[in-house]
Parts: sequence; structure tokens; C-alpha cells
Amino acid sequence: MATFFGEVVVAPSRAGVDDEEETEETAEDREIRRELQEKREITALWTPGAAGSPAEEPLRCSRFIVAVGHNAVAFLSAFILDSVCWKIVGAVKLWNEWCQTTNATSVLPTDSFCLFYQLISDPTVLLCQCSCYVAEDQQFQWLEKVFGHIGKEGLQVTILSTCPVAEYKTQESTLTLPSPFLKALKTKEFKEEVCCPLLEQPNIVRDLPAAVLSYCQVWQIPAVLYQCYTDIIKLDAVTIEAFKPLLSSKPLKNLVKDISESTKILKKLLTTGETHNNIYI
Amino acid sequence: MFVPCDGGGLDFEGFTLLMPAVSVGNVGQLAVDLVISTLRMPKVGYFYTDCLVPMVGNNPYATTKENSMELSINAEVYSLPSKKLVVLQIRSPFIKNKYRPFCQTLLSWVESSKCARVILLSSSHAYQRDDEQLLGTPLRYLLTPALEKTVEGHIQELKWKEMEKVAAYPGISDAEKVLHIPGGGITKLLFTESCSKGIHMAVLLKFCSEGDNIPDAFGLVNYLNEWLQLIKIRVSAVCFRAFIFYYQLFSFSVLAGFALACGHQEQSKRKICFG
Repeated sequence: MATFFGEVVVAPSRAGVDDEEETEETAEDREIRRELQEKREITALWTPGAAGSPAEEPLRCSRFIVAVGHNAVAFLSAFILDSVCWKIVGAVKLWNEWCQTTNATSVLPTDSFCLFYQLISDPTVLLCQCSCYVAEDQQFQWLEKVFGHIGKEGLQVTILSTCPVAEYKTQESTLTLPSPFLKALKTKEFKEEVCCPLLEQPNIVRDLPAAVLSYCQVWQIPAVLYQCYTDIIKLDAVTIEAFKPLLSSKPLKNLVKDISESTKILKKLLTTGETHNNIYI
Repeated sequence: MFVPCDGGGLDFEGFTLLMPAVSVGNVGQLAVDLVISTLRMPKVGYFYTDCLVPMVGNNPYATTKENSMELSINAEVYSLPSKKLVVLQIRSPFIKNKYRPFCQTLLSWVESSKCARVILLSSSHAYQRDDEQLLGTPLRYLLTPALEKTVEGHIQELKWKEMEKVAAYPGISDAEKVLHIPGGGITKLLFTESCSKGIHMAVLLKFCSEGDNIPDAFGLVNYLNEWLQLIKIRVSAVCFRAFIFYYQLFSFSVLAGFALACGHQEQSKRKICFG
């Protein structure tokens, strides 16, 4: 934006390729790029023999639930996951300018991590909590490495994610938007009932949730994405509760744990991250 | 990699592949949208790639409530066998440093699918034109040597202007001239690669600036239609352009009039309040 009248400002172009990038790169540039690419390589670690199958074979999976972002992750922690019925079967390790996955074995809700859990009573139910930022160039790798390990036959994918309500485009007044609210997108193969309205044009979804849904659309896997539009980006009880209608949906219905416990866990989750509650700058 | 929608193999042999360059004002992409929606082209597959930023949304060409809820992704392929036309629409920008791999994957798909020719719809920064480019129409074309042999006569009949090469060292020497498409995204890269690989490719582009680029897209599609005759226009192209111009002028004046009317209403309301 111009700061004074008459100033010449260079508008960022959507074209992408800058003239600088067109010039030939030197051997040193190539070396730096290669090293950076290696550093940005993501690794998926799987427990050997999960689901009783050898580690090399794809995991047989009927339901794959993916939560992306702190709020969606906290929702699964509060209402679905517990240490009795679920066990960790894998993790994704990554590094980028914004985020590095933690190496700690017990994670805090504010940590950055990407973990995979398996339901002990039914090993074909897989759950993923991804609270780390997966950069644009890493999203494709994530898909290849995660879905490369999961058998696609009989698979159904559910994705939960949040995004700022400011990104929601509507002709109605934004003052009356009942934020937070849920919108869904589904692939062609997904034939079940969706428990909230579908996302209207011209709204779009980006990043990892979009990458997962695109993958499912291309490879004809039934999948549904529930996007929660919220005005609070940080971990927030109201946003987490907005996902509650999903608890009665088919993929999550029989996974829900004791609700009274859930509220307690939710409270605990929200206070863990707070180090102090004062009003100093 | 091309992945068909319904798993069946598709034959694009002898087809024309139409695609946009993600360029200034998204003109190529808007033009491709216009072609797909005008010809009501059915979706036949996806271009599955790691080079584009992922995005999903619902069908942008929805005509009914039922088809409005079909998922669309970042790179999709539409086809119309009756016109021997296949269209690749790109809906998101490229991931940094992935331009080159994308061009390579795309061109190897063009070769393996045996498409007869590729037409790239693009745009370039209007403000970076040189004196020569400022003259006359803002529309330009480029043909690879392989395609030039087959369509040269036809293009000459159309009296189109070829994209001018500009001096490599302006002000110092005019001897060395290079192709320069500022704001054209992958246009130059894809064109030069196609030249060296002997691929039949044409680039159609328009000089424009960022803003409301819908009129630019109309202009580019009409330009394309002069050549391919995808839809028959009964009035001559000149008349059609004049129509578009007056239509826009009219809609603008209607909007301006409406805005004025609203302004008056606002004012009168204020007057009432103050009164």
C-alpha cells in the first residue's frame, strides 16, 4: 500500500516466477538448495508390526480420522482419544521455518507434533493428530509417506480442521455469522450424510486438509472434510466445542468416550498451555 | 501425472491441449474458465502433481444445486472429443522452485498422450512494454518452429502480431534480442522447452495489469476463437468487440448510476437525521 500520494509501489504479482529465478544458478546455489531440501525432507516412523502385519506391508485401515491444527487436535484428545483404548503406531518428523516437531514422548497440547494412533479393539481404525505446520512443499511428501503406508481398500477418511472466519466469503453480513461454525467438503465417492452444510462457492480450503482431500478425490477414496471457521486462532474451548456435532456422525459415533470426563480433560488441556494469567506486557 | 476420473483410459491423440500460464491478472486461468463453462466441457481427470499449492472447493461451473457440490481441485482436465479439445485448468500458484519440474512433467504428458498441439493462454505486464509493443493491439502470439511449419499460412491470414523480442542490453546494444515475458509465469520456460523438444506449441497472450481482469479474459478468448473457431460468432469479430465494449460501458454506467442513486439516498437520509 502506498504510504504517501505519488509513491511508486511494486505490487506483488500472482505470476510467481521472478526474473531473478530465471537466471542460471551457480554450483553453490545448487548445493545450498540441495542441503535445504534434505533438511526439509519429512520422515514417517511406523511401529513395526502394527495391526499384526509386517512393517513393509500397508496397514489395513477402514477409518482414518485426521485432525489438523491445535483446536481439532484438542477436540480428538478431549472426546475420542485415551491411553487405554488407543496406542501410538507412528509419527511424522519434520522441520521447516515455522515449525519443528517435538521429540518428547509425552506431548503437550501446545507442542508441535504429528502422531498416529490405532484403536486397540479394532486395529483398522487409525487416527492422526497433526498440530505442526506442514509447509507447502512438504504437503505432497506427507501424503505420499502417510497414505503410502495405509491400504486404500475399504478406506474412509475424515478430516477436521480450523481456519479464520475472516477467510469465509459470503454475501450476507459478516456481523451475523454465528462463529464458530462448521462447513463440509466431500469427495465424489463419499455417499454418507454430512452433519453440517457444505462449503459454498467461491470459498476454498488450502494447506494440509486440502492436500488430503485432493488426494482422496484423485484416488477415489471416500472422504469428508469438516472445516471449522473461528475467530480465535489459538487453543479455544468454544472452537473445540464447535466440532461436537460430529460426535454423532457415523465415523466417530462409536469412538466417543465418556462425555463428562471430556469436559474435565478439555479444561485441563486449555490450562496446560497457560504459564501465567496476568495482564502485563 | 494425469489421473482419469473414472479409471478408464482416455485417448487424446490428435487433440489440442489448451492450458493457462499462471500469470499477471490470472488472465489465462480466467480465459480457460470461460472456455470450459461456455462449451460445457465435462471433467475427465486430474493432473496430480507436487508442483502446485493444494486447494479444494466446490464446482465453480455449477449450473444446478446438485452439481454445485462436486469437489474441484487445483489441476483438472476437461475434454470435448467433438471439438478434439482437451483443457487443463490450473487453480493455484506454483510451489517455489517447482516451475521446472512442472514443465517437464507437463511436456512429457503432452508427448505420451500424443496431443497434436498445445495452446498456452498467458498475459504479460502492460507497464513493461517497449515502444514497439505499445503500438496497436495488446494481443500477441508465439509459435514454436514445429508448429510454425503447419499453421503459418493460417496465422498470416489472421493478421496477428507476433510477440516482439526485446534488446538484451537496452540502451547499450540493440544487436542481441531476447524473448522477455515479464509477469508471464512459466510462459517463457514452457515455450523455450517446447521449442527445443520439437513440441507444437502456440502462446497467446495479452498485455494487461492486475485488477478486474475479466475483460482481458474475454479479449484473449475472442483472440483464440478467431483462430480455432470454437464457437461461431455471427457478427464479425470487430462488431463483437464493439459490443463487449459498449456492454461494459453500459453496465458501468448503470452501476455508477446505481451508486449515485444510493449516494443520494444516503445523503437524503442524513439530511433527515440532521433535520
